[in-house]
Amino acid sequence: MSTDAWTAIRLTAALATLTTLLLLIVGTPVAWWLARTHSRLKPVWSAVVAMPIVLPPSVLGFYLLLLMGPHGPVGQFTQWLGIGRLPFTFGGLVVASVLYSMPFVVQPLQQAFEAIPERLLEAASTLRASPWDRFVSVALPLARPGFVTASVLGFAHTVGEFGVVLMVGGNIPGQTRVLSVAIYDHVEAGEFSEAHRLSAGMVVFALVVLVTLYVVNRPPRDDAERAR
Amino acid sequence: MIEAHLRLQRRDFRLDVALALPSRGVTALFGPSGCGKTTVLRALAGLERASGRIALDDEVWQDDATGCFVPTHRRPLGYVIQEAALFPHLDVRGNLDYGRSRAVSESSRVPLDAIIELLGIGHLQARRAATLSGGERQRVAIARALATGARLLLMDEPLAALDAARKAEILPYLERLHRELAMPVVYVTHSMDEVARLADHLVLMREGRVVAAGALADLMARTDLPLSRLDDAGVVIVAEVAEHDELHGMTRIEFNGTSMWVGPSTSLRGEQVRARVLARDVSVTRQRPTETSILNVLPVRLDSIERDQSTALLRLHASAAVGSGGWTLLARITTRSLDALELRPGDELHAQIKGVALM
Repeated sequence: MSTDAWTAIRLTAALATLTTLLLLIVGTPVAWWLARTHSRLKPVWSAVVAMPIVLPPSVLGFYLLLLMGPHGPVGQFTQWLGIGRLPFTFGGLVVASVLYSMPFVVQPLQQAFEAIPERLLEAASTLRASPWDRFVSVALPLARPGFVTASVLGFAHTVGEFGVVLMVGGNIPGQTRVLSVAIYDHVEAGEFSEAHRLSAGMVVFALVVLVTLYVVNRPPRDDAERAR
Repeated sequence: MIEAHLRLQRRDFRLDVALALPSRGVTALFGPSGCGKTTVLRALAGLERASGRIALDDEVWQDDATGCFVPTHRRPLGYVIQEAALFPHLDVRGNLDYGRSRAVSESSRVPLDAIIELLGIGHLQARRAATLSGGERQRVAIARALATGARLLLMDEPLAALDAARKAEILPYLERLHRELAMPVVYVTHSMDEVARLADHLVLMREGRVVAAGALADLMARTDLPLSRLDDAGVVIVAEVAEHDELHGMTRIEFNGTSMWVGPSTSLRGEQVRARVLARDVSVTRQRPTETSILNVLPVRLDSIERDQSTALLRLHASAAVGSGGWTLLARITTRSLDALELRPGDELHAQIKGVALM
């Protein structure tokens, strides 16, 4: 494969890894709050988090461009910080990816947290565990399958994004030219064999990731009664 | 002394109770489902927010007057619920250590080995919660609660999810706990059998209110409480084993100057046993019966009569030896017999006791 292809693969991996890590950090408290709250605003926040599933990526990309552009509030803030402008940079791609892949991380986490019986957390509090202690010693270990699913989906979905990348990142080799954009480029240029190599690689990647996910998250036999 | 004054208003449920529970022995909160007994327990633990005041001895856990509310994890209590709630991601040992490592203070740590021995779970330590039987799970849950160095043990229907065989398996451990630990226990149940076997004190609840509270023996011997309308109404006595009749497989027990023959007991002479005398197993005669197959016949004085449609509940005072104080038992007879015998309070009668259930 060409060095261009390897650059695109490296860039894609870096973007997906960084996005997944950020999403786990940001998404965990969001998912925990959504799973535990009795707030009347819960459906509203659930909807906000789920929006990227429904919206065309171009819509998300368009508004991100406006927000992060020189006259947008985010853009002015980043310029004030001295970072400069985010559109058409790797940093901008990360921000866009975090928003775009948010539901794929938050929803599995939220479901995992919701599946933890309240009585186990109450039991932990009667065993003298503080709220933070309960979260770390009971909720996190019990939500482990949710974290596996969230990480894999977050990573894979970031690898697979195209529309938002094109809108926010453009097509700068080594900066924002990720795999999906590279494939598009090759097809446009009529370089079908290059496009084939990358596309077939993506198909294999997707299959391997999903099979791994289903194997890892298969409930172990002796935990079948775990909810009891 | 555990003092609690709790009020709570929900859509169709109102709780308003004032409790003063002794700091020794087992106090049973007893009543039909929906009477608020679990809510009281959860409020004592701080899992539910009722308004009012809760104090254990001189330690205030909640006082709305001063805005004080100690969160659950800072209250030195142990809590055991019906479903045991063991952590599925830890083995038995891990569950026990979870409680112990967060114990109130170094000095209040009960030796874990003693707790494991008390509940007979030594052989289970490497097992996962999901592989335990219901009874085993409950024993581990109790041990885990004790390992926190709790000063008060709260139990919410710990046997309700178990079948009869599992109950029979775990009750001896609870009785042992009762004998060997000085810790006060508040025990929520709707099973009269568990009350009779375990409780020293009783709080009767109904529709969010306390109907009566006091020593178990006193309350069980009253005819004006809902207890007396239960099919298994009857008194509980704590008697002493006096002799064994190996030939006939029977045991004689003595209680407040009277003596009765009961089924075989494995307890040694001089040991204390609990026994129940059900009202439906007691009948009365005016003359002392002769040549009867009933082994236990006690001279009694009729204290009071509570009569309803077809049956009447008699409150009888038994005192064989002069100056022994005596005790109270109940007898349920038909109103037809009541009228035929023209029974009046103050009558001297003989109570025939068909059966005494050792527990």
